[in-house]
Amino acid sequence: MTASLIHCRNLTRIYKMGENEVHALRGVSVDIRRGEYVAIMGPSGSGKSTFMNMIGALDRPTSGTLEIDGERLEAMKPDELAAFRGKRVGFVFQQFNLLPRTAAIDNAALPLVYSGISASERKQRAEARLRQVGLGERMDHHPSQLSGGQQQRVAIARALVNDPAILLADEPTGALDSQTSEEILQIFDQLNHDGMTIILVTHEPDVAAHAKRQIVFRDGEIVEDRT
Amino acid sequence: MNLFAAIRVALTALRVNALRSALAMLGVVIGVSAVIVMVSVTEGASNAIEEQIASFGANLLIIRPGSSAFGGRRGGAGTATFMNDEDVEALRNEIDGIAAVSGEMFGTSTFVADGVNWTTRIQGVHAEYFEARDWFPSSGRSFYSEEVNSGARVILIGQTLAQELYGASDPVGQIVRVGTTPMEIIGVMSAKGESSWGQDQDDVALAPITTVRDRILGYDLGVRDPVFTIYAEIDASADPGLVTADIEDLMRIRRNIQPGAEDDFSVNNLGEFIRARNETESQLGVLLAAAAGISLLVGGIGIMNIMLVSTTERTREIGLRLAVGAKRADIRNQFLIESVVLCFTGGLVGLLIGIGGAAYIESLDQFPIEIQPSVALIAIGASAFVGIFFGFYPAHRASRLDPIEALRFE
Repeated sequence: MTASLIHCRNLTRIYKMGENEVHALRGVSVDIRRGEYVAIMGPSGSGKSTFMNMIGALDRPTSGTLEIDGERLEAMKPDELAAFRGKRVGFVFQQFNLLPRTAAIDNAALPLVYSGISASERKQRAEARLRQVGLGERMDHHPSQLSGGQQQRVAIARALVNDPAILLADEPTGALDSQTSEEILQIFDQLNHDGMTIILVTHEPDVAAHAKRQIVFRDGEIVEDRT
Repeated sequence: MNLFAAIRVALTALRVNALRSALAMLGVVIGVSAVIVMVSVTEGASNAIEEQIASFGANLLIIRPGSSAFGGRRGGAGTATFMNDEDVEALRNEIDGIAAVSGEMFGTSTFVADGVNWTTRIQGVHAEYFEARDWFPSSGRSFYSEEVNSGARVILIGQTLAQELYGASDPVGQIVRVGTTPMEIIGVMSAKGESSWGQDQDDVALAPITTVRDRILGYDLGVRDPVFTIYAEIDASADPGLVTADIEDLMRIRRNIQPGAEDDFSVNNLGEFIRARNETESQLGVLLAAAAGISLLVGGIGIMNIMLVSTTERTREIGLRLAVGAKRADIRNQFLIESVVLCFTGGLVGLLIGIGGAAYIESLDQFPIEIQPSVALIAIGASAFVGIFFGFYPAHRASRLDPIEALRFE
C-alpha cells in the first residue's frame, strides 16, 4: 500500500492586497507519496512558493483540503501548525537562515529546543546530523566562520534533526556557486536514497533534474506533472 | 522550551549586543539607584526625628511664662511672672488626662568629689519629672515626693557628670558637695546623648526642686516656690488638644487674665511640633520618591524602545524559530525574559549604586541614612515589573509575526 504522504484537493489561496484579490493558488490537487523526490518549478508569481508554504504548514489554504502524514492542516490554529512544523517538516532556505554568533551545533539543535528534548539528547542528535552532512569537525564554528556550502550543510542538519517526514528546500542552491551546489544536491540525493521525502523548489532545470518528479506551476495552477 | 534554556538564550542575545544592552539598562540603573537613595535619606531623616521625639517624651506639654514660643513672639519666655509649685499642684489635681506633671528650675553649680570638681547645670524637679520626661536612672533610684516635700539632700547625676567626678567607679551612695551643700548620690541617669541643638544632655544633675531652690541656688525671684517650666505628660488615652485647652483655661484663671486679653504664658506640644515637621519631610520624601519613580518609568520606556528595535532587527530569526516549531508563547517569552533580565540586571546594579550613594551621603555629612531590606526588595521587584510591563508589548508584537513574512524580511 502506497498511501499519500501529502494529499491535497482543490487548494486555493487568495491574498487580499488592499482592494485587489490575488489568487496565488487556483485549485491545486496533487498527491505525493512517501520517499518521493519532487521538484516544484515555475516562474516567480506562479504559486510555487505559496504551495510550498502550504505543505510546510507555514500557511493555510483559503479553501480545499490538505492532509499531510495523516493530519488535516486546513483547520489548524497557528500554534498547532507550529507544533506540526516542529515535528514533521524540515526547512532548508536559500539564505540558510542560521542564527548569527551561534555555534553550528546549537544552530542544528534549534528545532529540538521547541519540542522539549533534553539538552544532552539535543547535543547528541545535532552532532549525529552534522556528521551526516560532513561537518563533524566544525561543530563549534559560528556561521561567519563557515563557507556558504558549509552553512547550508548546517541548515540541512538542522532540518533533519527532528526526523521530519518531509524535507522542504526552497532554492537551496540559489546562493551557492555551481560546484558547491552540486555537493549540496548530492547530499539531497543521498538522503532521498535513504528514504527521505524531499520537495525542492527551484527555477533551475539542472537542479530540478536531480528530482525524480517535476511539478510545474503557472498562474496558480499545476500545468505539468512529469516523472 | 523551559525557563532555564530561555534565560540562556536571552543572556546570549544580550551579550551579543553588550554595549546596547548596557545603555538600555542605564535608565533602570539610574531609576533604581535614585529610588534607593531617596527612600534611604527620607527614612533616615524621619527616624532621626522619631528619636528626637522619643528623647523628649512623646506626649509632652511644656508650659512657660511669656507668650507663645512658636507663634508671633510678643513677650518672650521668662518676661512674665514666674509660675510656682501651686500651679503644678493645680494642674495635677484639676486637669484630667495628665499622666505626670513636674516643675523645673535650674542653675549652675560646682560639684566637688574627692578633690575633683566640675561645674555644670543642676535642675530642681518634682518627683514625677522622670515619668513626664520618660527618663529614668540606669542605676540607683529616683527620688520620692516625700523627699521633694522635705527638701532632702539627695541627687541624681547624669552620665557625663558621673564620668567627670568618679571615672569608672560607682557613684551611687557617694556624697558630692554641690556648692556648699553635701548631697547623697542616689542614682545615675541613663544616657540621653546630645540634644538636637548639640547640647550634652548627660552633663547635668537632678535634685528635688525644694532642695535646689532653698539650699543651692537661693534665688530671690519675688515669687514663692518659683518654677521656670512645667512639664506635663499627656495620658496616652487622652486627647492632647483637649488637655492643652484645659490647661490654658486653668492657667488663665490662675494668672487672672481677663477675657480678650492675651495669654502671658505658653503651652507647647513639642511632640506635635516635631511631628508636623516630620510630616512635611515625609511629604517631601514622597515627592522625591515620585521623582525617582518617574526616572524608573523613563528607564522602562528606554527598555521598550530597545526591545522594539531588537525584535525588528531579529525578524528573520523570529521567522526561523517559528518555522522550526516555536509557538507564539515561546517567542513572546523569549523577548519578555530578555527584557526582564535586562531590567533585573539594571535593578541589581542600581541597587548597589544606590546603597553606595546612600553610604556616601551618610559619610559626607553624618546624615542619618536608613537602608531597609524592604527597599532593596521593592527596587528589585519594581525593576522586574518594569521589565515585564515595558517588555510585553514588543514581545507580544514579535510573537504575532507571520512566519512567511518574517522569513522574507530584509
